[in-house]
Amino acid sequence: MKELRHLINITDLSVDEIYDLVKVAEDIIDNPEKYQDKCARKKLATLFFEPSTRTRLSFTAAMMELGGNVLGFDQAASSSTAKGESVSDTIVMASCYADIIAMRHPKEGAPFVAASHAGVPIINAGDGGHFHPTQTLTDLLTIHKKFGRFDNLTIGLCGDLKFGRTVHSLIEAMLRYKDIKFVMISPEELDLPDYMKEQLDDAGVEWKEMRSLDEAIPELDVLYMTRVQKERFFNEEDYIRLKDSFILQKKMLTPAKKEMIVMHPLPRVNEISVDVDDDPRAAYFFQALMGKYIRMALILFMLGVK
Amino acid sequence: MNIDGVNTGVVLDHIEAGKGWAIYNLLGLDKVDCTVAIIQRVESTKYGRKDIIKVDGDVKLDLDILGFFDKKMTVNIVKDGALVDKVKLKLPETLTGVIKCKNPRCITSIEQEIVHKFKLADPEKGTYRCVYCDAVYKDHK
Repeated sequence: MKELRHLINITDLSVDEIYDLVKVAEDIIDNPEKYQDKCARKKLATLFFEPSTRTRLSFTAAMMELGGNVLGFDQAASSSTAKGESVSDTIVMASCYADIIAMRHPKEGAPFVAASHAGVPIINAGDGGHFHPTQTLTDLLTIHKKFGRFDNLTIGLCGDLKFGRTVHSLIEAMLRYKDIKFVMISPEELDLPDYMKEQLDDAGVEWKEMRSLDEAIPELDVLYMTRVQKERFFNEEDYIRLKDSFILQKKMLTPAKKEMIVMHPLPRVNEISVDVDDDPRAAYFFQALMGKYIRMALILFMLGVK
Repeated sequence: MNIDGVNTGVVLDHIEAGKGWAIYNLLGLDKVDCTVAIIQRVESTKYGRKDIIKVDGDVKLDLDILGFFDKKMTVNIVKDGALVDKVKLKLPETLTGVIKCKNPRCITSIEQEIVHKFKLADPEKGTYRCVYCDAVYKDHK
């Protein structure tokens, strides 16, 4: 019997597997009709113990466009978790009803626990401030569609680098490509955690910290903005103090490279001014669209559907 | 004070003074069917004071775990009254059910049934990370 594959962290996928997923996603974009019945009679369970709009909708849209069905819940209050059911029991139960599970949970490591009990593939759709591998796949597809490559890029990461799981996963993914440079732009309190800095040093990549977004912009190929997430703070005072640290406005893009792209995992609050939206470098809604296609490719891969 | 020598078993020597009981509990020595002696605060030329545990019986003990608590400890294996081996302690690759993750964002903080598990992340620094949330374990000394 074939061993079950789970996706907990982006590094669970090899560089070759990621490349294959990106190529399949690009083929889906070009030839959607080829894929419309690939998952007929298959079911995806979306188990969202924490609210989400984009991730859950994109998983749902992805499965529907593959001809499959979707079941699940979108908050812990509407599941048996509210009655005290454990993650492992919920997963064992859901494995009885679905062929594949996409799961989001506010606690770090919950999908790892799920994977050790599941009878079907588990996709981590975000676990607290820890990992969010399908967002990273989305980011990678966006970068590949815009640049046609993964190497030789300077990537600026701006905002909440401490709790920002999308940032951590993107760094881990991009570390595996050649000639990548990182510029970390954050207030000191939201600096990248030490264990991520250790990974950067161990990989021998070039990286630096900057406190000014304006000064960082001219050298970037990718500017990856993130939201300061209220739900990650135990202390509201800290959140209020830090939430407006970096706000990107259109005028700040004047010294940026023409081919630079502005990415954001969304939702944004005010860290990207709406006047940036019509700039050709704004790629965050395109990125949200790419999320559907890469999740279609991922579902096919995890289910072993050719 | 006299404590008889071990015929066949294990002598844990040079335990940091005061840690003897913790090691006794960690190894589950309250459950073994043989004679066990804990000698506390023995004078030591090397460390000033030390604890010693003697286990007189052919019991299977998980000695790997000891390296996490006290690498200076010496583990002497005795057979038929003679020292046959000195086990060199090293940091275990994994720690299961030994220490607890203190990250309030970790899944183990809300689900009591999950066994806390850590993996050795950096042997040089002796860093352990929770397998669930990757948080570093601190303050074990």
